[in-house]
Amino acid sequence: MTSELTRLTLAEARDALAKGDFSARELTEAHVSAMEAARDLNSFIVETPEKALEGADEADKRRAKGEARTLEGLPLAIKDLFCTRDVQTTAGSRILEGFAPPYESTVTQKLWDDGALMLGKTNLDEFAMGSSNMTSYYGGVENPWKREGDNHKLVPGGSSGGSATAVAGRLALGATGTDTGGSIRQPAAFTGITGMKPTYGRCSRWGIVAFASSLDQAGPMARSVRDCALLLRSMCGHDPKDSTSVDMPVPDFEAALTGDVRGLRVGIPKEYRVDGMSEEIDSLWQQGIDWLKAAGAEVHDISLPHTQYALPTYYIIAPAEASSNLARYDGVRYGQRGEGYDNLEQMYEATRGTGFGDEVKRRLLIGTYVLSAGYYDAYYNKARQVRSLIAQDFTKAYEAVDVILTPTAPSAAFAMGDKMDDPVAMYLNDVFTVPASLAGLPGVSLPAGLSSDGLPLGLQLLGRPFDEETVLRSAGVLEEAAAFTAEPASLS
Amino acid sequence: MSVDKDTVAHIAKLARLRMDPEKTEAMAGELSQILGWIEQLQEVDTEGVAPMTSVAQMKLPLREDEVTDGGYPEDVLRNAPESLQGFYVVPKVVE
Amino acid sequence: MSLIQGETGDWEVIIGLEIHAQIISRSKLFSGASTAFGSAPNSQVSLVDAAMPGMLPVLNRECVAQAVRTGLGLKAHINLVSVFERKNYFYPDLPQGYQISQYQTPVVGEGVITIDLPDGSSRDIGIERLHMEQDAGKSLHDQDPNKTFVDLNRSGVALMEIVSKPDMRSAEEAGAYIRKLRSILRYLGTCDGNMDEGSMRCDVNLSVRRPGEELGTRTETKNVNSVRFVQQAIDYEARRQVELLESGGRVILETRLFDARKGESRSMRSKEEAHDYRYFPDPDLLPLEIEQAWVDELGANLPELPDEKKARFIKDYGLTPYDASVLVAEQANAAFFETVLGDGGKRDPKLVSNWVTVNFFGALNASGLDLGDAPVSAEQLGGLIDLIADGTISGRIAKEVFEEMWATGKDAATIVEEKGLKQITDTGEIEAIVDKVIAENPDQAEQFRSGDNPKVIGWFVGQVMKASQGKANPGMVNQLLKDKLGG
Repeated sequence: MTSELTRLTLAEARDALAKGDFSARELTEAHVSAMEAARDLNSFIVETPEKALEGADEADKRRAKGEARTLEGLPLAIKDLFCTRDVQTTAGSRILEGFAPPYESTVTQKLWDDGALMLGKTNLDEFAMGSSNMTSYYGGVENPWKREGDNHKLVPGGSSGGSATAVAGRLALGATGTDTGGSIRQPAAFTGITGMKPTYGRCSRWGIVAFASSLDQAGPMARSVRDCALLLRSMCGHDPKDSTSVDMPVPDFEAALTGDVRGLRVGIPKEYRVDGMSEEIDSLWQQGIDWLKAAGAEVHDISLPHTQYALPTYYIIAPAEASSNLARYDGVRYGQRGEGYDNLEQMYEATRGTGFGDEVKRRLLIGTYVLSAGYYDAYYNKARQVRSLIAQDFTKAYEAVDVILTPTAPSAAFAMGDKMDDPVAMYLNDVFTVPASLAGLPGVSLPAGLSSDGLPLGLQLLGRPFDEETVLRSAGVLEEAAAFTAEPASLS
Repeated sequence: MSVDKDTVAHIAKLARLRMDPEKTEAMAGELSQILGWIEQLQEVDTEGVAPMTSVAQMKLPLREDEVTDGGYPEDVLRNAPESLQGFYVVPKVVE
Repeated sequence: MSLIQGETGDWEVIIGLEIHAQIISRSKLFSGASTAFGSAPNSQVSLVDAAMPGMLPVLNRECVAQAVRTGLGLKAHINLVSVFERKNYFYPDLPQGYQISQYQTPVVGEGVITIDLPDGSSRDIGIERLHMEQDAGKSLHDQDPNKTFVDLNRSGVALMEIVSKPDMRSAEEAGAYIRKLRSILRYLGTCDGNMDEGSMRCDVNLSVRRPGEELGTRTETKNVNSVRFVQQAIDYEARRQVELLESGGRVILETRLFDARKGESRSMRSKEEAHDYRYFPDPDLLPLEIEQAWVDELGANLPELPDEKKARFIKDYGLTPYDASVLVAEQANAAFFETVLGDGGKRDPKLVSNWVTVNFFGALNASGLDLGDAPVSAEQLGGLIDLIADGTISGRIAKEVFEEMWATGKDAATIVEEKGLKQITDTGEIEAIVDKVIAENPDQAEQFRSGDNPKVIGWFVGQVMKASQGKANPGMVNQLLKDKLGG
């Protein structure tokens, strides 16, 4: 019974709770046990079982009184980039070890307001900078999937690797992630789950540890499109505390899942056929095209001419913003202070020199460099101009199509330790996810097939700004066609 | 674009990052590789293109001038590595 | 042009001022914490002000309005689109590790301030720009021998940085500029101008050159926080640069820190070298867009400013430019003057101006009181002036009455009544005193009559006034004496 409860989707669990098939306490206990049994995966930095169980009892009482809310009693995993009141929030960094925020992020508060429960805080690349989850100070996260006949530990992708693993490994019904250049979509693809980055401005950034402010967006990660729709509805909405939060009504995203894509115009960008893309990714993409066609959609070839410049643009803009956003970690007001200093300057350098890991330092150095005197125009301003061109590419494309279909990542999950000595090769993981991030567009990744060695592969759908509904509707159709039922090795 | 050890040391100083000398050397190589790769942006014609500040297509919101926050010094100070008498405390700053 | 004389000839001093003025608002520029002065440490700090992870700025509309009002008061161009940027540097009282400021596109562009000089002349000083920015917190270095204490109450309070063009040529002009700017800000209600509490802080940019030559290299002296210190800092720095150049040295572009105790400044160059502020547009904030209609509305509701008021006082009341500028420097003083003047200016403006600026402000200064705490009200002063105007008391007696009013708070009429100070205008009564004085002083009377000493009449006037305890009408006394002594 217990393990059966963790195999439900969020929507199934919601419906079963409503019918009284089991209690929130039973559901939560099942997940707490699963979480504790799967500690080898290193999915969580902090577990909060008491909090979850206490909340579950509350939820059962509420339901008994007929006051159940939309996510009443559903246990979730929260990426440790969301500040949670009185619960350690680290951003995967040593520099924030022990930090207990006296506040709750807007997005998590909204989830709690709708009745959801927190199982714990999930591991991530340090300050969300990475595509492997290997840069966390709290250790790498292991992908629940393994290659067939190969016991090598694989990465879950990043930066939301702990959340992806918690969902894929059936440790949580759903999770929050954040996506700056692909940090929800790429790990979703690597772990065989569904993840959505909404339009920039949909979810409040208030209380989420900032990486790159003009790109960061929170979003849901779950085991179905419907689950993502359900979570997204709770997570988003206008927040006056975030000056980039859009004041627009929140649609009922679940209601958008009509299963009908007849006449929908789907764009296939030719620039996404990059060198070195594996044959099986290419054929999965073709398969996705065929599924949508079969469902009545029209498929059009489109061009997004500046695609190849998206990654270098991103690797100027994101580090530049990060170099400034991370200046506040100085050992004065919170977090860890370094040791062995005689004066203030040494205190700063000791704190930041020992508090940040290598990848964060690398990006802080790049960001500092591209903003420094004499380089601003050549790098930072140039990148902002190219970003405008990339956004214009999409605007033009959306005159002719309604959604865009691409692979999520150029490969399946790779082994832990791979690509660690080649930053640029690591950055190339985000080649398909970064352009939409730069343009602020909504995108979803869903599992659509397996690689030849049995690893999940994802397809990505991108939409117009604030048209999450069309993205989710198309994803629902692809999901049904793909009928992805494979399970990770950790479950067998 | 290649950066040398001295440049890395200078940026590290600006970013207040203590770097071991041997790490500085390695970092110079990695940064050069990344910056070299980024260099391809120079081939894009951006003549007359306005630089993007935000993808958010909205006006900057303004709030009313009301006192709605503050008044919780214990919350503000409770995570501080060092504090005394309601102040944050740091090594003496020599002006 | 005021020049300073060196060993090798004359030098011209070129001065520009950057003034940080704290915007009057209830809450901070980007957070809802209070701006009140003097609270317990870190008690007026929001999570945003302490730069907790994930905190975001939201702009205060009133602060923008205040900056626009100030821009309009400086007759400056208002930029309908302006951009907040981050100025990146590390300091313990700068929690974010950057200051949100406006750099390339400030909210206010070029404007002008007319300064009033002591000789009654005026001169226009250009304004380069005005932008909004966050204040830093406060570092206390003297609490502990090895530690610095940090209080973030001021962190995030809204400031306007007002940058002049390098149009000033002397310490005197710089002083007049600061006083005039402060006067405008206080009229507008956008800054209280209180330099003691740090609501207005000044950085001095200064260079010297031979008259007519190219501009020299300038230095910036920071942290000069009173008009007197600004003038000291200018004199010190001008002298330092001239001596340096005359002894074959070179001025270097540097930041200097003013030490008010010594009246000197010293170089901060060693620190400055490491600075590279890496400005870039703050991605947490979009460009600030304001409507022309809103700017117009703010403009329509501005109060009468010092220059307009001064012009009106000269034109309507016939005051001298000097008196007018003294009266309009503080809005409250000008209002006081106009209240004393009475409805429709019914009292004599020159008499009122004289009484307000000389006697009343003199007493105020001597007692160290603020206008609001003065023991004599505008209405009471008006009452006193009426008694002078209708001949009830003489100007001399009026001074005595005023002193009594200041001491007791009583009305002039009451004092005059109680003390019997009413002027004697009865011819018979005065004649009796005159006769008595002449009879008692035959020698002096003879001196006058014989023509030996015509000036002795003045002495007689004095004697008569003394005998009447100052109450006799001086004009009548004069006339009667002349008649009696057979003039």
